[in-house]
Amino acid sequence: MGVAIVLALVVIGSVVFHFLSPWWWTPIASNWGYIDDTIIITFWITGVVFAAVVLFMAYCVLRFRHREGNRAAYEPENKRLEWWLAVGTGVGVAAMLAPGLVVWHQFVTVPKDATIVEVVAQQWQWAYRLPGADGRIGASDVAHITPENPLGIDPKDPHGQDDVVIQGDNLHLPLGKPVKMLLRAVDVLHNFYVPEFRAKMDMIPGSVTYYWFTPTRAGTFDVLCAELCGTGHTFMRGNVVVEPEGNYQAWLQQQKTFAQLQAPASTQAKN
Amino acid sequence: MADVTHDAAGPLSAAEVDDVELYHPKSWITKYVFSQDAKVIAIQYSIVALAIGLVALVLSWLMRLQLGFPGTFSFIDPDRYYQFITMHGMIMVIYLLTALFLGGFGNYLIPLMLGARDMVFPYVNMLSFWIYFLAVLVLVAGFFLPGGPTGAGWTLYPPQAILANTPGQQWGILVMLVSLILFIIGFTMGGLNYVVTVLQGRARGMTLMRMPLTIWGIFTATVMALLAFPALFVGAVMMLLDKLVGTSFFMPAIIAMGERLAHKGGSPILFQHLFWFFGHPEVYIVALPAFGIVSDLISTHARKNIFGYRMMVWALVAIGALSFVVWAHHMYVSGMHPAFGFFFATTTLIIAIPTAIKVYNWVLTLWRGDIHLTVPMLFALGFIVTFVNGGLTGLFLGNVVVDVPLSDTMFVVAHFHMVMGVAPILVIFGAIYHWYPKVTGRMLGDVLGKLHFWVTFLGAYLIFFPMHYIGLMGVPRRYHEISGMAFVPPSAATLNEFITIVALIVGAAQLAFLFNLVWSVRHGRPAGGNPWRATTLEWQTPQTPPAHGNWGKDLPVVYRWAYDYSVPGAAEDFLPQNQPPTPQPA
Ligand code: HEM
Ligand SMILES: [Cu+2]
Ligand SMILES: [Cu+2]
Repeated sequence: MGVAIVLALVVIGSVVFHFLSPWWWTPIASNWGYIDDTIIITFWITGVVFAAVVLFMAYCVLRFRHREGNRAAYEPENKRLEWWLAVGTGVGVAAMLAPGLVVWHQFVTVPKDATIVEVVAQQWQWAYRLPGADGRIGASDVAHITPENPLGIDPKDPHGQDDVVIQGDNLHLPLGKPVKMLLRAVDVLHNFYVPEFRAKMDMIPGSVTYYWFTPTRAGTFDVLCAELCGTGHTFMRGNVVVEPEGNYQAWLQQQKTFAQLQAPASTQAKN
Repeated sequence: MADVTHDAAGPLSAAEVDDVELYHPKSWITKYVFSQDAKVIAIQYSIVALAIGLVALVLSWLMRLQLGFPGTFSFIDPDRYYQFITMHGMIMVIYLLTALFLGGFGNYLIPLMLGARDMVFPYVNMLSFWIYFLAVLVLVAGFFLPGGPTGAGWTLYPPQAILANTPGQQWGILVMLVSLILFIIGFTMGGLNYVVTVLQGRARGMTLMRMPLTIWGIFTATVMALLAFPALFVGAVMMLLDKLVGTSFFMPAIIAMGERLAHKGGSPILFQHLFWFFGHPEVYIVALPAFGIVSDLISTHARKNIFGYRMMVWALVAIGALSFVVWAHHMYVSGMHPAFGFFFATTTLIIAIPTAIKVYNWVLTLWRGDIHLTVPMLFALGFIVTFVNGGLTGLFLGNVVVDVPLSDTMFVVAHFHMVMGVAPILVIFGAIYHWYPKVTGRMLGDVLGKLHFWVTFLGAYLIFFPMHYIGLMGVPRRYHEISGMAFVPPSAATLNEFITIVALIVGAAQLAFLFNLVWSVRHGRPAGGNPWRATTLEWQTPQTPPAHGNWGKDLPVVYRWAYDYSVPGAAEDFLPQNQPPTPQPA
């Protein structure tokens, strides 16, 4: 009796906690509502299965608990039942996998009009690079890294000269425009993660990784590092500001290009 | 079914070892220390595994103290925290669970359940234990060397694992890699032994399809381990070379803290593939023995044959095979080519089907059973709850796009603790309560046992169920504290405190268990040869605890499968596997 009640309470408690506890995902700020939808589908399917299995166990414990003179049934197999259960499980699994794969396809298919934002990670800070007027970013390599050129932008690549370099400051993004995040690291693995965007991807020294999304809500969001990167991993933070186009342009105007940073003396003279 | 259950003695087993051929120990040292008896080796493995497991448990308290009460324990700085999670994770997965299931239960149960006198290669078996022991000592040495143990995370991802800014990069990482290499060497010796013994050492009549599921689980897991560990082995050797000789297997060109390193051209992601080609099967290397054991616990204590035995065997084998083609589900956000996501998500979710079949068959075994709520049965029920819970959250993480927001968060920590931490540990406890009477001849205390069960089961559920939601919120794993995140409400700190307190209580309950283990050796109720009235061969030995050679003069002959419980018409509610068929009245 007691065991059956506790098992039932585990189910009830879990369901109540799920619906009533204050801990839930952050309000979304990107186009990846589909991901949230798939999570909800998965919660429902798995929740029903969990409740069914545990409640069935509770019932068995209640009903078939040993009493004097009881004897168990002898039933080695039941092919029909076993196949029905297997097929039913297959259908449930397909119901989760199918939408999942469709959304994954969208997740890895970057729209043509996405603008590029490069994120460069190093222990334990974020830097960013935006393309200049030419819409492209210049080549880069760790071999070019110097104290004056911390992102390793190739000084000989003309596309790199007008790139906007943001160091020690927040990233700003225009509201409602798809962005492709190009992710780079110079020392160890990192991961550029903004919970509200529902997206993350590791950054690997020696490679460029990416993901894309469209910011759909203005605000200031936490940037976290989501891949262990040594002592300072917990504190590798930043912010990303999503704002309407006008504000964004105003912010962009104040940023320095690679060329300006390389020759600080001459730019100051011009200003 | 008839062929599985009731036919008379099958083919002769290939290696019938005569008692005289065994090496009988002549001194105390060869009997208890350098023993070649699989049963003694099993106990040695188990004691060392539980001892080092205790270290991992203490580390989990320290981590939880930091997370629950950040800032209160100033000696747990980020470096130490990372050293603790790394050692905790590695010890739990490899040095506790793998060693205990295969080295401990495997050694004890394979010869006894199959009606063999011992393992086929007793000497190699002894070496296997001593190399394991050495591996544990080398691992522990990390705590005492300058710089302490490695804090690279149990996944040891390069480049970070071997660079400055990661704690333990002087010595810790080296001893970790060497220890893993030793562990794999020791395991390979033991593992080959288990496989050969299962294939060659079975008693007359013990066909493969009459083996208890415990043996099927251990056997499949061992085969998998023999195939999976080499990937970790080469990964560890390559990383050692990168660290010591300056090769660049895993090291691209790097600027670390403004310094240009000498490496170039290597691939960090190559290590991840090697690691998870081992790491995912590893999850099942721990899970399959648990599956097998729990099947036998449920069947014995519900007095009912396991439901769908053949399906259970094939499900084990299918899971074992499939688990070699899913490894990259740990790498969905690693930056590997996104197209792999489609493949690995599909294979991963397909594994859910044989796994679900196993769950159905466990609960269907309860249906119309005669359920004795003994301590092993309680642990088996607890296993089903936590395993189903953790298995289902695996469907979130396996479904590639759902994994994107959840990966590397506390959701993952909660998931794998539920499914491969708590669930197998509950089986280990259940199995210890179940087989302890055979090992010592005495029962473990029942009242303490029930207390141990309820605190551990409910406590573990309370620790890890709410933790999923902290991860769903977006809190990353391997974070020293959760302050300074705008999206985390202050109430999360309260939840963290609660989890920590429960974790300390659960930890204390394990001390009660250890006390029970030690106390009952002398003071437990005498058990007799077959206290659970079980059918499998280990309960039919002439002596309890079984003597060296297990069976006295004659090896047992097997006439039936392992699950003849409550057979209609039989006088008792169980028929031992070595009981000859009674002539049917015409
Ligand atoms: C009550 C028991 C346990 C508690 C309270 C506990 C607690 C923890 C905590 C706090 C972490 C670090 C989470 C983070 O910051 O990322 C952790 C990590 C881990 N635990 Fe446990 N744990 C327990 C039992 C186990 C068991 C039985 C296993 C066996 C599989 C296990 C395997 C791991 C692994 C593999 C990691 C990951 C380490 C890493 O991130 O490198 N734990 N545990
Ligand atoms: Cu990090
Ligand atoms: Cu896996």
